[in-house]
Amino acid sequence: MSHPCVVTLDSRSAPRTLFSGDQLVEVDLPTGTRVIYPKPPLEALKNVDAAIRYAINHPYNSEPLYAKLRPGMKVTIAVDDISLPLPPMRRPDIRERVLTIVLDLLNDYGVDDVEIIIATSVHRRMKDWEIRHVVGDKIFNAFWPKKLYNHDAENLANMKFIGTTDEGEEVEINRRAAESDLIIYVNLNLVPMDGGHKSVAVGLCGYRSLRAHHNPRIMRDCHSYMDPKSSALNTSVVRMGRLLNKKVNVFTIETTINNRMFDRPLEFLAKNEDDLTANERSALRALRFTLSKVPQPARQAIFQRVPSPYGVTGVFAGETEATHENTLRRSFDQYMVPVVGQADILVTGIPYISPYNVNSFLNPLLVQVMASGYLFNLYRGVPMVKKGGTMIILHPCTDLFDNEHHAPYIEFVHRLLPETRDAMELHKRYEKKFSQNPAYIEMYRFGNAYHPTHPFFMWYWGEAGRQHLGRTIVVGADNEYIPQLLGWETARTMDEALRMAKQTAPAEPSIMCLHAPPILMADMSVGRQPAALEASRT
Amino acid sequence: MPASYFDVDGTLITTNLVHPTLFYMLNQPTPLHSVAKLGRALVKAPWMVLAETRDRRLFNEMLFTSFEGVSEDRLVCLAEETFDKVMKPAILPKARDLVQCSLDKGHDVVLISGALDFLANRLRDHLGATDVIANRLEIKDFFATGKLLRPVVAGPEKARLVREHARAKGHNLDECFGYSDSYSDVPMLSVVGYPAAVNPDRRLKLLAQAYHWPILDLAA
Repeated sequence: MSHPCVVTLDSRSAPRTLFSGDQLVEVDLPTGTRVIYPKPPLEALKNVDAAIRYAINHPYNSEPLYAKLRPGMKVTIAVDDISLPLPPMRRPDIRERVLTIVLDLLNDYGVDDVEIIIATSVHRRMKDWEIRHVVGDKIFNAFWPKKLYNHDAENLANMKFIGTTDEGEEVEINRRAAESDLIIYVNLNLVPMDGGHKSVAVGLCGYRSLRAHHNPRIMRDCHSYMDPKSSALNTSVVRMGRLLNKKVNVFTIETTINNRMFDRPLEFLAKNEDDLTANERSALRALRFTLSKVPQPARQAIFQRVPSPYGVTGVFAGETEATHENTLRRSFDQYMVPVVGQADILVTGIPYISPYNVNSFLNPLLVQVMASGYLFNLYRGVPMVKKGGTMIILHPCTDLFDNEHHAPYIEFVHRLLPETRDAMELHKRYEKKFSQNPAYIEMYRFGNAYHPTHPFFMWYWGEAGRQHLGRTIVVGADNEYIPQLLGWETARTMDEALRMAKQTAPAEPSIMCLHAPPILMADMSVGRQPAALEASRT
Repeated sequence: MPASYFDVDGTLITTNLVHPTLFYMLNQPTPLHSVAKLGRALVKAPWMVLAETRDRRLFNEMLFTSFEGVSEDRLVCLAEETFDKVMKPAILPKARDLVQCSLDKGHDVVLISGALDFLANRLRDHLGATDVIANRLEIKDFFATGKLLRPVVAGPEKARLVREHARAKGHNLDECFGYSDSYSDVPMLSVVGYPAAVNPDRRLKLLAQAYHWPILDLAA
């Protein structure tokens, strides 16, 4: 018997409502299609502050935080950036609550040399109001901007080389953190690929370290990013993190949240369409109508301006790996939906948000990341779709970029992708030169743009999906050249896309629909087609 | 090796051509000379405003007529002081970073400015730039005539000068970078492979947005 979150459609099933950017689209899927829904939100902790205190006083594989403190020591607190969670969390953000307790403790123990660094790595700098949202007014007013600031991976004088792993990966992190007596990392774990050694070894590093694992060779070896045990990216990061933890003193605090992405009025978006009440069906119709009538900036505001009512489900602290093991367990509890058997055709909507477009537009390169990267990788075990299978996505693929945040993306999409889509060639021929563009570096360091290497990483992020999938078909694209640049086909309707997909699928293909967001992960097992599944792993 | 071509006034420094010129006028041998110079400049001011809206080259030529009759010695003697008092404090801190970043990446950094060469050379030395393309005053019998030697560095002429410089130094223009704050420099920005708008005026900003050129704010 299948899990309650796996719904098999029959002839009486209602149409499914999927995201297509910031629009909602109704699609009729064939009888027999398995639709995977997210699990209901886990119950949130009742007393979060108590859980934080308990975690730092009873850490895993480490002495309590208070025992590590002594007056006059130098402490750096690093904090996850705005890419987590999605959309941003309703205030108080869990990071504010952790920081408040940790800073009080540091103060009690006479530790006054404290700086807080937003661990942006090569992400864009967070704006002051975004940082205020994350850390709260009190901490912001006390620390910003001298003692609370964004990491700058291009300030080479402020980066410190730590060493090289046995595999030749160079570990270099923020000098202030490296030279501190203690680094406290305050994490917010949205998906299982977050946290662990990735926090310090990636969040506070620069291009010199990132190039060791953010490359097409490593990305092709990830099965999947969301399953750390099967991710070459994670393996590399762990090696680097272990080396780092030998040289610096790291105390990790990780937190998990449930998947309550939509507040009450929109909660029905996560429900099985057959189970909607009459009121919810009317609300859904009204929402779809409104979204189809209002201009794009208003649609963006409807979804992005309203913070999510996420509940905190766990707080864990201590030594990095022991802490992260518990975090992962909690994260998998929320997201994993057991699914038996791969599909020939995977259908999914692409929503309006990704970790890289908070407060901006989901540009074409990020649509690619969401499809071939994040959504394709929302599995453990084997991919949801068979090797050579088809992924059908819904998105307008509008040729629109945020000039401020995504300046280097524009050149990548319009100047490099027409030359080649081959990730290896892009990596070898263009990445180094592109990463040295002084204008983009300036925009990264002093503006709010992503680092010039970031669009390359975004392309590599889709590499495992591209290598595995036979075809990707976009439904509802408002142009043909962007899908073409990305290597995708287009269809005007879902029926047309399914007809196209069936041409290269076996007779009576198995169709699966990923009903996200909110986030979910398919815990895939081989099921009825062991031979085919084994083949798809290789 | 690529080159980075930087416009100066408004791009790397907050002042424009008028500020150093004014400093020279106020520092004539006697106060009477200064008043006379200022008076003549005031008379020409409306025409200069008109010229600025029509043709940047014409504006430069009108502005530098204020140097007519100034001795070559005085031009050189006052250059250091003008640079220290007018130009140096006006250099944008982030402009230094951008120039340094370009040098670090192995670029030749070329300043291309409507300013006079004896001032632009000092800025080049101060920023560690590689080269400078600037306006030159005509000198006759050790005194400035108030005329500019050809070519006048302004507007579309800058594009030709950049092309010429790149050819002479062996730079591939497709690999070169260009930075300016002004719509009047669009021809110059259009000949390089990597143009960028820096602290752009309204018209340049609109153009940069339309063509997806990077927009840098060095003044923030």
